[in-house]
Amino acid sequence: MKKAKWVVPTIYIIFLMLPIYWLLNMSFKTTTEIINTYTLWPQEFTLDNYKKIFTDSTWYTGYLNSIYYVVMNTVISVAAALPAAYAFSRYKFLGDKHLFFWLLTNRMAPPAVFALPFFQFYSSVNLFDTHVAVALSHCLFNIPLAVWILEGFMSSVPKELDETAYVDGYSFWRFFFKIFIPTITAGIGITMFFCFMFSWVELLLAKTLTAVAAKPIAATMTRTASTSGYELGLLAAAGSLTIIPGAIVIYFVRNYIAKGFALGRV
Amino acid sequence: MNKTVNQKAWFFVIPVFVLVAFNAIIPLMTVVNYAFQETFGNNVFMWEGTRWFKQIMLSERFHASLGRQFLFTFIILFIQIPLGIAIALTMPKEGVGVPVCLVLMSMPLLIPWNVVGAMWNIFALPDIGFLGHSLNALGFDYNFTQQIGDAWFTTILMDVWHWTSLVVLLSYAGLRSIQPAYYQAAEIDGASRWAIFTKIELPKMKKVLTIAILLRFMDSFMIYTEPFVLTGGGPGNATAFLSIDLVKMALGQFDLGPAAAMSLIYFFIVLLVCWVFYTLMMRNEEKS
Repeated sequence: MKKAKWVVPTIYIIFLMLPIYWLLNMSFKTTTEIINTYTLWPQEFTLDNYKKIFTDSTWYTGYLNSIYYVVMNTVISVAAALPAAYAFSRYKFLGDKHLFFWLLTNRMAPPAVFALPFFQFYSSVNLFDTHVAVALSHCLFNIPLAVWILEGFMSSVPKELDETAYVDGYSFWRFFFKIFIPTITAGIGITMFFCFMFSWVELLLAKTLTAVAAKPIAATMTRTASTSGYELGLLAAAGSLTIIPGAIVIYFVRNYIAKGFALGRV
Repeated sequence: MNKTVNQKAWFFVIPVFVLVAFNAIIPLMTVVNYAFQETFGNNVFMWEGTRWFKQIMLSERFHASLGRQFLFTFIILFIQIPLGIAIALTMPKEGVGVPVCLVLMSMPLLIPWNVVGAMWNIFALPDIGFLGHSLNALGFDYNFTQQIGDAWFTTILMDVWHWTSLVVLLSYAGLRSIQPAYYQAAEIDGASRWAIFTKIELPKMKKVLTIAILLRFMDSFMIYTEPFVLTGGGPGNATAFLSIDLVKMALGQFDLGPAAAMSLIYFFIVLLVCWVFYTLMMRNEEKS
């Protein structure tokens, strides 16, 4: 019985890995092999697709652009959400519940609804095709999420902690940075993970708000696919490389995920 | 936790308020602007009242994509929630298996959405894709670019692949928060596995499951990139969900008025469903 339990997760993981394997498989094949034959693994193993990506600047700058605005967005979201989440978890104030729900509604807004007005709005304030524009636009859904997750973590910290610190003569900001933030590192880790994740995977807004200078890798991929014929191998290689930053982030937060989830709201 | 009343807390909320308002209110007002007016460019507007709303509400195209959207979201929730719970229940609770499972299962969540679409496209191609080739070798006549049923099957399978892990992670977190004492008590009482699940595990997972359902509802209702890359909404309009149809109308045909009216109706539907969920969730929280 104990052994049989492994069956379900194992089958599930195999199902998850199959399409990823197929993508990797394609990325190591030559274009002729992809078009002419069906093979379960590359017959003529080649690294040409990867070579092209690392030497052609239109490709690798795409990666740098993506990482740049994702990191910027994560920092802005968490920095802004920290004090707000503290306010929601500790105090009652005029309109707090409505404000909280209003924030959440922005997480619910379909990006397709916002694509066109965002384009017009960011063009009119001269931010079109900058990393800042993408980072700010992703705040629309990442800040509400960050506030939501952090509020859950902060509520699980007893209020006595705050009161003891004040009795000991700590000022508010000293308490906040020296005591409070270290006690919720797991929560901050989880929040950063989610902000990184949702900013990294989003394409519709990132693509709408950029043209050349800040174009994300995902947009480079779609445009290449449509302009220079269907170079499946190259596309597969670029796709495979987009998995790596996510995998690195997961590896770092793997211990927080299980523990952190249980503590917080998400 | 009993909170103290403190109006100064607003100062803490201001940065968030400003950032989100900057992104939400101004663009939303633009949409509202278009929804009630006719424009021929150059900032010339003519008042149209509720004409676009009437047009959208009565259009068969909108009814069809709304119907497809609800069907898709319903199927997704119906498969992913039970499957996610089942996987979370069978996952190892300690040892090396835990990080291995968590890392591998989170992988699909962190792949850019258009890569997910492209990956599944390559995976499902009938001639060179593993899924397509295998199904055809087994005697099924499978071609997701031409047959409606196959296109739906592939889109749903892709979404199950992409998002079930989120439900797994949340359910797993809920399960981990149950004290061992509950299980010991159940063992002494000689409770069956099913009784443990329905009487202990399910009630304890209620909170995280509500969040899982809410997130899955919102995201599957807004789905755009993955089916766009996979099927492009086709064959015909068979997998043109609301967002795909909306972008086609707004950026493809540049029918800004109707597209804006449709945006508002779309947003309103998501808002309504989420508000019902949210109120129920908050009521549960106050009870417990």
